[in-house]
Amino acid sequence: MEKRGKRQSRIRLTIQVLAAALFNGYAAGFAEGRIFTGNSKAVCVPVLNCYSCPGALGACPIGSLQAVLGGRRHDFSFYVIGLIMLFGLVLGRVICGFLCPFGLVQDLLHRIPAPRLRVPKKADRALRWLKYAVLALFVVLLPVFLTNKYGIGAPYFCKYICPAGILEGALPLLAKNESLRAGLGALFNWKLGILIAVLVLSVLIHRPFCKYLCPLGALYGLFNRFSLYRMSVDGDKCVGCGKCARVCPMDVDVTKNPNSAECIRCGRCRAECPTGAVRSGFGK
Amino acid sequence: MSGRKLRAAQAALLAAAIAFIALGVARGEHLEVLQKAAAVCLECIGLG
Repeated sequence: MEKRGKRQSRIRLTIQVLAAALFNGYAAGFAEGRIFTGNSKAVCVPVLNCYSCPGALGACPIGSLQAVLGGRRHDFSFYVIGLIMLFGLVLGRVICGFLCPFGLVQDLLHRIPAPRLRVPKKADRALRWLKYAVLALFVVLLPVFLTNKYGIGAPYFCKYICPAGILEGALPLLAKNESLRAGLGALFNWKLGILIAVLVLSVLIHRPFCKYLCPLGALYGLFNRFSLYRMSVDGDKCVGCGKCARVCPMDVDVTKNPNSAECIRCGRCRAECPTGAVRSGFGK
Repeated sequence: MSGRKLRAAQAALLAAAIAFIALGVARGEHLEVLQKAAAVCLECIGLG
């Protein structure tokens, strides 16, 4: 079982690294401190990936959603919502578990040997709703309704919350652009503080951003119960040992709710199951 | 959710997603996305 678990973990890590490299493959951007401006940036990648990352070859779906909602031309983004629906319907939160670069960063940080912080169940349950509030308020309502004198709404989630923008976008660009460094101020300090807090918490808690703050994870979670990629538990094979629930990084009991909105489909429960009762895949 | 209901929901969501994407492209929303994504987002990197 341990062997299977380690093998599954290696495969997942490989996919995560390859995905991060694929979504951020514009190496010249990192070398020269500039972003990619090609036409592929009209297409949203399925993950939270700042389009101001020098390597980014596609657009961030959450950033794009705010850009269209906050723009003057449209109050609803059929294109971005359609893409998010398509990604969510096909994969659900397996995108979080296998493809998201910021998820990978949190996973790697959690490997650092450190005491683990147990969030009390009541607090954890309440905090899981926070990402839906972030989605509703910062991604949708504020860009639509809180506009400047030109009728344009800022991308409030990107501006005030998103730590991926600092890690993937700001730090590499600032390292190479003195003119950008001249503009640093309170907003950068605030966002850097959020990034540092998330990174530190990632050592102590598994995937705190995914659990409590990520609006894209909140959206994809809604599709888990409908997605073509699914989890299932064979009731005849399950012996109720509880190993799957104990090993879950998102504190989901797959035997109670196989397609929970909180499940990132990392597959650890399947690897740990002694009887092969837990299954995942397309058409399961 | 029963198998039939699930398949019906999947089919409806898939149809809606494809229709949304097509409508969005027809409205030029992908060009708005490109315009935003092809410029450095100062808000995203903490400068805006």
